[in-house]
Amino acid sequence: MKLPGVSEFSWRDVAAEARLLLIGIPVFLWTMIPIYHMFLFAISPKEDAFSGKLWPDHPTLHNFEIVFRQQHYFLRDFYIQFWNSLVIAASVGVLTLVIATAAAFSISRLKVPGGRVVMNLALFTYFIPAAFLAVPMYRTMGNYGLLNNHWSLILAMVTIASPYAIWVLKQASDKLPVELDEAAVMDGATTPQIFRLVYLPLMMPSLVAIGTYAVLLAWNEYLYAFLLLSNDREITLPVALGNFLAADDSPWELLMTTGFIYALPPAAIYYAFRRYMVGGLTAGAVKS
Amino acid sequence: MAITLSGDQAIPGPPFSSRLTPAQIWGIVLLAPYLLVFLAFVVYPVGYGLWLARAPSNYVALYNDPIFARAAVNTLIFLVIGINIKMLIALFLSGFFAQQRPWIKWLSVIFILPWAVPSIPTILSVRFMLNPEWGMVNHLIFSLTGDDGPNWLNDPTVALTMAIAVHIWKSLPFWTLILITGRLAISHDLFEAAEVDGASWWQKFRFITWPSMQTLYVTCTLLSMIWTLGDFNSVYLLTGGGPADLTHVLSTLGIRYLRLDQLSLAMASIVCAMPFVLPLVYFMMKRLSR
Repeated sequence: MKLPGVSEFSWRDVAAEARLLLIGIPVFLWTMIPIYHMFLFAISPKEDAFSGKLWPDHPTLHNFEIVFRQQHYFLRDFYIQFWNSLVIAASVGVLTLVIATAAAFSISRLKVPGGRVVMNLALFTYFIPAAFLAVPMYRTMGNYGLLNNHWSLILAMVTIASPYAIWVLKQASDKLPVELDEAAVMDGATTPQIFRLVYLPLMMPSLVAIGTYAVLLAWNEYLYAFLLLSNDREITLPVALGNFLAADDSPWELLMTTGFIYALPPAAIYYAFRRYMVGGLTAGAVKS
Repeated sequence: MAITLSGDQAIPGPPFSSRLTPAQIWGIVLLAPYLLVFLAFVVYPVGYGLWLARAPSNYVALYNDPIFARAAVNTLIFLVIGINIKMLIALFLSGFFAQQRPWIKWLSVIFILPWAVPSIPTILSVRFMLNPEWGMVNHLIFSLTGDDGPNWLNDPTVALTMAIAVHIWKSLPFWTLILITGRLAISHDLFEAAEVDGASWWQKFRFITWPSMQTLYVTCTLLSMIWTLGDFNSVYLLTGGGPADLTHVLSTLGIRYLRLDQLSLAMASIVCAMPFVLPLVYFMMKRLSR
């Protein structure tokens, strides 16, 4: 007679689990190795890092100390570059939210004439490959006299982030019942009042998702930052990381340490807002 | 007395502004910021760029530049091979991640990391891993086989393959996530019915999963093509276009010309991709704006 519980056990289940592990372990390694390698460099003294060990003989936080104390030629402007990244990402987040929310409200709730055309323009921008737009954008920023000015990067990133933001927010707006607006109008609400008191509170989850998206996009951006900013005290952290490479004898362990510090905020933000982002963003990315 | 209505006596309509309700005026005001951004940073740059690229001599110069031909071929390899491999893996993994297991749930949380963290430190990390003398990969090869590993980034074919691998590493999570959403939308009853009928794993995929996901899969593949054309980081940060400018793709080539102060060539090289990009964009817009 079989005991309960034991009867649940079957070789079929074990085989199924093993097959899944056979996929899961390579997936885990594939995902983590470059990130682990970055972390390994960050906690390794130079000799260990270059010896190809999988774990350093003498793990140390010394590299972090050098970075935080700016004790290397390449790190002279670490704090100001970190600050630049922060200010630019925050500005892009706020500006994108303002512009895209206004546009989505206007198109979806106010049914402004020409709204469809604007949606198509936004969609078109969304589909221009980013590196292709960078070429004329660089020259345009020069014509506007904005090169080496943070505004050039902020405006470029807002241009890139807004179309998708409008697209997602418009879809979310369309799901709100029209009766809410109608009831508010009955009660004598003006358009700005509807926007502020009815629309914004209901849109909060989507706004969080879009704000996070725009901030991460701007924080992680390399190409536009590298083209539009060049002065050591104006550049963002990724551009500074790229400049490490220019040297013959690059301090790779410091490069990886700085890179690790730079990669932490987006990972943290992503995990903090994961609930909003996965729902909000993937739904808007591809309407099936 | 006859009332005549002729053209010049037509009853004038209300002036334009009063035909708009206050809500519509607000609508226009709220739409204006985006329109300004669009005009200033999309229409003007694109128009200006096209104007710069207008001279036929640019295209002759491109045609005569062997780096351009190489970049065009590399771009095609990236698109045809790289994207199909990526999307097939994403399709496969979406099935894996749709399994209900606590450890798979945890793995899916980690799996997102490449997409969430910035390119530059991670791609540079891969670049160092592939360093022939100090990199971890060749150290491992040496300790396992006693032989020196290849000089990964010095052979254009290997280097391009590595760039494609980096591209897949970075963007696979996103597409897997989208395809998981598609998979979860399929009604569970279908699978249960198939199981009762004793359908095999392949039959379930062939007759239930694939038909329900086909459209999504094709859309994702096309969208991924457009975005891959704009992927500058995977190639630039890993190989810098080298060795000997043999691993450029159109996006890094455009930026290379730009850095050499040859803006019209940079624009022209992008214009060359347009016959390919525009039909894709048109198709995507038709699909999504419905």
